[in-house]
Amino acid sequence: MSTIYDVAIIGGGPGGYVAAIRASQLGLKPVLIERENLGGICLNWGCIPTKALLRSAEIYTTIKHADEFGISVEGVKFDFDAIIKRSRNVSDKLTQGVGYLMKKNKIEVIEGEAAITKDKSLIVKTAKGDQTVKAKNIIIGTGARARNLPGLEPDGKYIWAYREALMPDIMPKKLCVIGSGAIGVEFANFYNALGADVTIVELADRIVPAEDAEISDFALKAFKKSGIKILTQSSVKEAKPGKKDISLTIEDKNGKTKTESFDRVITAIGITPNVENIGLEGLGIELDRGFIKTDGWGKTNVANIYAIGDVTNPPWLAHKASHEAIIAVETLAGHSVKPLNGNLIPGCTYTTPQIASVGLTEDQAKEKGHKLKVGKFPFQANGKALALGEPDGMVKTIFDAKTGELLGAHMIGTEVTELIQGYAVAMGLETTEHELMETVFPHPTLSEMMHESVLDAYGRALHY
Amino acid sequence: MPIPILMPALSPTMEVGTLAKWHVTEGDEVSSGDIIAEIETDKATMEVEAVDEGTIGSITIEEGTADVAVNSTIAVLLLEGEDKSALDTMTETPAAKAPVAEEKSAPAEKPVSAPKTKNAPISNANGRIIASPLAKRIAKQKNIDLASIKGSGPNGRIIKADLDGAQEGSAVSRSMGEVAHAAPVSGGHAISPVSDKEIFATYEEGTYDLIPLDNMRKVVAERLTVAKSTIPHFYLTIDCELDSLLDARKRLNAQAPTEGPGAFKISVNDFIIKAMGLALQQVPGANSTWSTQGILRHKRSDVSVAVAVEGGLFTPVIRHCELKTLSEISNEMKDLAFRARSKKLAPHEYTGGTTSISNLGMFGIKKFDAVINPPQSTILAVGAGERRPVIVGDKVEARSVMSVTLSCDHRVVDGALGAELLNAFKGYIEDPVTMLV
Repeated sequence: MSTIYDVAIIGGGPGGYVAAIRASQLGLKPVLIERENLGGICLNWGCIPTKALLRSAEIYTTIKHADEFGISVEGVKFDFDAIIKRSRNVSDKLTQGVGYLMKKNKIEVIEGEAAITKDKSLIVKTAKGDQTVKAKNIIIGTGARARNLPGLEPDGKYIWAYREALMPDIMPKKLCVIGSGAIGVEFANFYNALGADVTIVELADRIVPAEDAEISDFALKAFKKSGIKILTQSSVKEAKPGKKDISLTIEDKNGKTKTESFDRVITAIGITPNVENIGLEGLGIELDRGFIKTDGWGKTNVANIYAIGDVTNPPWLAHKASHEAIIAVETLAGHSVKPLNGNLIPGCTYTTPQIASVGLTEDQAKEKGHKLKVGKFPFQANGKALALGEPDGMVKTIFDAKTGELLGAHMIGTEVTELIQGYAVAMGLETTEHELMETVFPHPTLSEMMHESVLDAYGRALHY
Repeated sequence: MPIPILMPALSPTMEVGTLAKWHVTEGDEVSSGDIIAEIETDKATMEVEAVDEGTIGSITIEEGTADVAVNSTIAVLLLEGEDKSALDTMTETPAAKAPVAEEKSAPAEKPVSAPKTKNAPISNANGRIIASPLAKRIAKQKNIDLASIKGSGPNGRIIKADLDGAQEGSAVSRSMGEVAHAAPVSGGHAISPVSDKEIFATYEEGTYDLIPLDNMRKVVAERLTVAKSTIPHFYLTIDCELDSLLDARKRLNAQAPTEGPGAFKISVNDFIIKAMGLALQQVPGANSTWSTQGILRHKRSDVSVAVAVEGGLFTPVIRHCELKTLSEISNEMKDLAFRARSKKLAPHEYTGGTTSISNLGMFGIKKFDAVINPPQSTILAVGAGERRPVIVGDKVEARSVMSVTLSCDHRVVDGALGAELLNAFKGYIEDPVTMLV
C-alpha cells in the first residue's frame, strides 16, 4: 500500500508488457496489471496463434503440391484438432515467455481488472479482493476486441469472431467470412487451404482495402485462383440460424439479394476499443470515435495519463503498440523523444500470397499532390522465386518524382512480410532512390526484386 | 608510416579556411582528443583534435595562413617508433607539397584530424553536416543552407521534417545573412513593432487582400530588419557629373561589335560598378566587414548588385571588379541579372560580396538611402542621371548629374572614410579615363 510506483500499466499486451520492460530498463518502478493473459490479444488470440495455423495450412498445401517439386507423397491428410492444439501450444509458450521476461526485469504483475479513480489511483479487482495501487504515471493499454455487426453477434454456435475461429468446435465445410481486412482474409485463407468452401463478403469495392489498389487486385485474383469466393460491394442483410447451419441473406451493390447457408460465419469487420469500466469518464479523458485520443507521445488530455496500442488511434497493430509503449515510457521518464511517425509503420498480412506494405499507397500519394515515379517488379522474373516454386507476386515502389523520397512500398508474394522492413529502414533513414540503387542486394534472393522495383521506377530495371 | 593531418572541412561547401592557431609545436607528443589547432572560416572557429597518438613530426602550414585548401596536409604525425627520417617517405604525398588554396587535392590518407566545433552548426567529427540523403536533396532543390538548420534526428541528423519550417533560399540570404545568424530568427517572424493581433484589429476584414508570405519575402523582412536595427547606419550623399561618362559610353558602344563573343553594350550602371570596385581599392579601409574578432579588410572588390525580381530581389556578385574590364563587367552583369530574374543563380553567385550597389535611377528616383546588406559595411544608392543647372565659374550651365548616397556601417566605416570612398568614386565617374590606369 505504501509503494508509489513510477508507472502503472493497465494491460499486458504487446504495448503494456513492453512498456513495463522499458520502464524497468530506465530504472523506474513499474507495475503491470493484466486481467487475463500476459501477451494480450497478439500472443493469445491474434498474431501468433493465427500464424501457427497458417503455417500448418501452408505445409499442407505444399505437400499436396509435392509432385511439382519431384516428390511423391501419398495419403496426405491433416488432423484438425492437432493443428489447433499446436497453435495453442505456441501461444502458451510465448505467454510463459512474457511471464519470464517480467520476472527477469523484476516487474510486479498484478492479475486483475483495474479502474482509475478521480484522484488517479487505481483500484484493482483481484481474486483476493480490491487492491489500491498508487503511481505517478498511468499507461492505458487495454486494447480492443472484435467489433460486432448488429444481428451477427457471436452466438456461441454459428457466428464466430476471431476467438471462436481460433478454437473452432468443428472444421466447417462451408464458411462465410464477413470483412476482408487482414484478419478476415487470413482466416479465409486458412479454412480454404484445409478444404472449406469459403466466401468472403466485403462492403468496399475491393478486398484488403487498406492496401494499394493494385495489390488488392492482385490478391483478389490470387485468392479466387485458390478457390475462395469473393463478393465485394456486398453486405449481409439477414442471418437466420437453422438447426444445422445458418442462412445468410447477402445483398450486392445493385440491391439484389441471395440467400445461402453456411456452417459457420466469421465476422472480421474491425475492432472496438476496451474503454469501458476503467475510469475514463470520471477523469474526463477525451475519446475520438470511441478510441482514446493521444498525441504523438501517447499523452492523453489528462496529465500523467498515457494510452498506447489498440485502445488509441489506428493502425491497430502489435508493433505499433510496442513502439508507442517505448515512446510513452521514455517521455514520462523525461527523455526527449521523437513522436511516432504513423506513416512508417509497416503492415503485414499472412495470406497466400503474403501482403506487406509501408508508407503511402499510390492513390494516397496522388491525393497528397505528389508527382510520382512508380516501379514494379514481378516475382516471375526473379530466380529465387521460381526456384521456390512461388512465381506469383510483385514488388511496387512509389517515389516522389521531384525529391526521390520513397513514399511507399507494397509487396505481394511469398515471404514479403520478411522483406518489408528493408524499405521501412530506408524510409526511416530518409534515403532517396539513389542510395537504394547503390545498395548491393544479394543474389539469389527475393530481395533482389526490391532493388529492381526501385530501378524500374526510374526506367532502369535490369531483369524485366 | 607517418600520418598526414589534413585541413578539415567545416561544411560541405567549405573549400578553404585559415589556420588560426597551432596548440602544438614539432616534437610535441599528442594523444587522441588533444586539441592541436584552431581553424577559422567566416562562419566559425573550430578546434582540431588529434585522433591518433603520436608525435608531431612536422608542421607544414604555419599559424595565420589563410586560404588553406580543405584536405591539404597541415602537419604530419609520427607514430610510435617512428622518427623524423620517416618523414622522407611522406614527401611524395602531393597534398603535403601543395597545401595552399588549390583545387581540392584528393585526401591522400584517412584524415586523422577530428575538428571539434565551437559555434559551428551541427557537424560530426569530420566537420561534415549530418543530414539524411532526402534532406540534402531537398535543401539543394530549395536552396536551403543546411548549415543553418538544427537537426532533430539521432545525433543531430537533419531530416526532412527539419526543413519544413526552413526558409527556402536561405542560402540566398547569406549575403545579407551573418548578422541574423547571431540573432536566431524564426520563420517570417521578424521583430514587428505591432503585433499581428493589433494589425488585424486595425483593418476591417474584407477591406484588404492577404498576400501569403513567400520565403524570399520572409528572408528580406528578417535580414533587413536585423540589419537596420543592429547596424549603426549613417548616410553620405554626393553629386557626380556624368557628361564625360555619357560621352565615353557613347563612343565605346558605337564601336562595339554587336554580335559574336566580343559583343558588348555598356550601361551607366556598368561604369558605376567598375568605379565602385576601383574606389574600394583606392580606399581599402572602406572595403571591410565588422566581426567581433576583428575587422575583415577585403582584398578583392566584389560588388553585389541588387536586381529586382518578381516578389523580391537578388544580389548577384561581380567579383574582382577592380580587375575586370567594363565589357567583362557589362556582359557578366547581363548574364547574372537574367539568371537572377529566372531564379537560376547558384548560391556562390549571390553570396560574399564586399559592397552593394542599388540603382533606382531608371525609375526617376533622385536620391534615396539604402539598407546595408550584412555582413557588408557599405551600400551605394544610385539616383537618376538628369540634366541639372550647375554653377561653373560664375555661370549656370546645364550638366548631366546624378546623386549617389553611401550608407555606411559606422562600426567599420567612419564619416571621413566614407567621404573618402565617395570622392574616389566621384573621381572615376566624372573622369572615366582614370579607370583605365
